[in-house]
Amino acid sequence: MRYIQEDVVMKRMSKRLSANKIWKLIFILATSFALVSLAMLLGRILSQGVSYFDMQFLTSFASRIPENAGIKAALIGSLWLMSVVAPVSIILGVSTAIYLEEYAKQNKLNDFIRMNISNLAGVPSIVFGLLGLTIFVRLFGFDKSILAAGLTMSLLILPVIIVASQEAIRAVPKEQREASYGMGATKWQTIVRVVLPAAIPGILTGSILALSRAIGETAPLVVIGIPVILQFLPTSYLDTFTALPMQIFDWAKRPQEEFQYVASAGIIVLMIVLLTMNSIAIFIRNKFQKRY
Amino acid sequence: MTLKQQERQSVQHLIEQARNRKGKKFIEKCVPVLLFLAATISVLTTFGIVFTLIFETIEFFTRVSITDYLFGKEWLPFSGKEPLYGILPLILGTLKVTAIAIVVAVPFGLGAAIYLSEYASEGVRKVVKPILEVLAGVPTIVYGFFALSFITPLLQVIIPNLKIFNAISPGIVVGVMILPMITSMSEDAMSSVPRSIREGALGLGATKFEVAVKVVLPAALSGIVASVVLGISRAIGETMIVSLAGGSTPKFDFGFTDSIQTMTAYIVQVTTGDAGYGTTIYYSIYAVGFTLFIFTLTMNLLATYISKRFREEY
Repeated sequence: MRYIQEDVVMKRMSKRLSANKIWKLIFILATSFALVSLAMLLGRILSQGVSYFDMQFLTSFASRIPENAGIKAALIGSLWLMSVVAPVSIILGVSTAIYLEEYAKQNKLNDFIRMNISNLAGVPSIVFGLLGLTIFVRLFGFDKSILAAGLTMSLLILPVIIVASQEAIRAVPKEQREASYGMGATKWQTIVRVVLPAAIPGILTGSILALSRAIGETAPLVVIGIPVILQFLPTSYLDTFTALPMQIFDWAKRPQEEFQYVASAGIIVLMIVLLTMNSIAIFIRNKFQKRY
Repeated sequence: MTLKQQERQSVQHLIEQARNRKGKKFIEKCVPVLLFLAATISVLTTFGIVFTLIFETIEFFTRVSITDYLFGKEWLPFSGKEPLYGILPLILGTLKVTAIAIVVAVPFGLGAAIYLSEYASEGVRKVVKPILEVLAGVPTIVYGFFALSFITPLLQVIIPNLKIFNAISPGIVVGVMILPMITSMSEDAMSSVPRSIREGALGLGATKFEVAVKVVLPAALSGIVASVVLGISRAIGETMIVSLAGGSTPKFDFGFTDSIQTMTAYIVQVTTGDAGYGTTIYYSIYAVGFTLFIFTLTMNLLATYISKRFREEY
């Protein structure tokens, strides 16, 4: 005896089955839209920019003549910017995460801090730019410096780092902490010697992803008023500077067609930096991921 | 004294010693305070944002009447004689871009989410998810350049009267930008619908499509709606795509082919030019920024509310 009479099923369900097939195809097409978009974007930028992308481009300053234009000041400037953003945002973010996960009691103040962090993550980056312009540039008098831009960027990516670190800390099993207390360790000793070492891969992964967002972020720099055409490199944190996305923004706005190619070459540099950082993050995640 | 007593005493002695060690005690008391101070930075940031926006906006409204600002249909801050500050054209420009972005991102994002959570094999998911992550990590300045130098010329072939700066091209690209977020949040919501519910429906003879649309979608609806609302919030606050490809012509009309200006693009326009400190134009960027902040905050709170209030518990 056959349990399923396929001809009967096919006869009665053929419409519904073919609807299923058609919709599956539609869903596959929808998924491939994202893939096609990415392929078009990368293909377009590579084909446009590759002819301008050479050593001369990497080692020259900005210029009014497209052939001579280079990205040196922006590349070095972005590195300076990261040397502020990385320590400030990681120290503040990890400290906040440790506080919220290990010390904070369930009360209204701490609930408010948590809610505040999730809301801060949804504030548009240009609004952070207005904050930086008012507080760091004008009130503190840092002017359009690496320090002012770096602090603004740090606050922008702070919520991302906090959330990533919180998740990493939460993933450390309770038993490990209890074992540490059982050995007579104090709370802070437990955090520093047991919890943090176990959480560091997760914290690093999240931090690198957040930093790569900061490298590509343009709007706050525009609002702060970071200049573009610079013929010198910064020598201190109070010097002004330019950064990769600012330089690309400037080239993209220019009407001459040649600058479109220069902008593409700049984007290639930016994307190489970002993809390198993302692969490092993925590498750390895969290498050190522990399941308890 | 027996050996046992000696042992017990020495352990107690050690505990006693540990308790009395002063340095340790000091650290144990100091650290929570320092960590708490770090945690307050994020709160201070919010206060900083709200207060700077409010104070500078109040300064703006001592110069421009608030009703003119809220209901004015003309935004002409640079006209020397009689500048007009009516926010409606900027809001309309923002909404035009957002509307197109949603039209692009919701069907494609949801389609991809349904495919990934209901149809796709583990292998396909392993390929598609990292690609979505790359797409989410592309800086907006790159998207903006892509919109201006590639999508606009492409669209001009299809729509002959399309201007170089318009609402459609940045709208589409903003849609591509928020698509990964909508896909991954919706996919999370749909994946958390338990297998047993799906199997129940499949056992009754439903096809996979019927399970997806009639069982999984309704069950995951709150998460999906929250993802769309967050997408809208992102689209409203997006800056570089619209300021590169949208233009700088704030107009109160309902066409999509002409140059527009969004709230964010106006702030960029003023800050890249040299608006002197203390001028009305300088203060106007804070009023626009404040308006933008209200819009996105409302959306974010709404998304949180929806995902909390309507969450299904299994």
